Amino acid sequence: MPGKTVVDARGSFCPGPLMELIAALKSCQVGDELEVLSTDRGSANDIPEWVRKVGHEHLATHVEAGVWHITVRKAK
Amino acid sequence: MTSSKVCVVMVSGSRERLQMAAMVASVAAVSGREVLVFLSMNALPYFVKGMSTDAAAEGKLGSLMEHKNAPDFKTLFEQAVSLGEAKLYPCSMAMDVLAVGPDDLEPYLGEPTGLTRFLDAARDGQVWTF
Repeated sequence: MPGKTVVDARGSFCPGPLMELIAALKSCQVGDELEVLSTDRGSANDIPEWVRKVGHEHLATHVEAGVWHITVRKAK
Repeated sequence: MTSSKVCVVMVSGSRERLQMAAMVASVAAVSGREVLVFLSMNALPYFVKGMSTDAAAEGKLGSLMEHKNAPDFKTLFEQAVSLGEAKLYPCSMAMDVLAVGPDDLEPYLGEPTGLTRFLDAARDGQVWTF
């Protein structure tokens, strides 16, 4: 069963949240979901862009109390 | 995905330029671009083992960054290598000036390289200079 990993990158500036996501992706299985928590507005735009570019799946983004929650699925 | 090569020539020792170069190299590398980084002049000393990474700021942004939780430039360069397969080449001339050998440098750096070889490798890529 696919797992879900939370990548807590709150407080980190660009490109910290993206790099933390990529490091976490390395240790996940195809089909797993990862939820990045970020307080960096730029990363909320950049991460979905990177995910599309490299062929993973961007599932959702929402903001809650100043924290962006960006959910992606490892697709390959 | 584009295959255009990104070649970064890093000569400055200022915090802003080191940070920007590291951001370009790491994001390009993890986005599937081939990335070559040439480390020379005032940038190379930061990659000698045991040297401080406390680079002086050029201006306001550099000073502000010191108090923000931005990933430090050496971590980003190392991630460019480990997560994106970037290649970081120390300039052989700068190594001679500093009197350091390959074993004195961070282990994620590639072999010492001269301008002739780097320019040949960079011939068909974008060149970014910091």
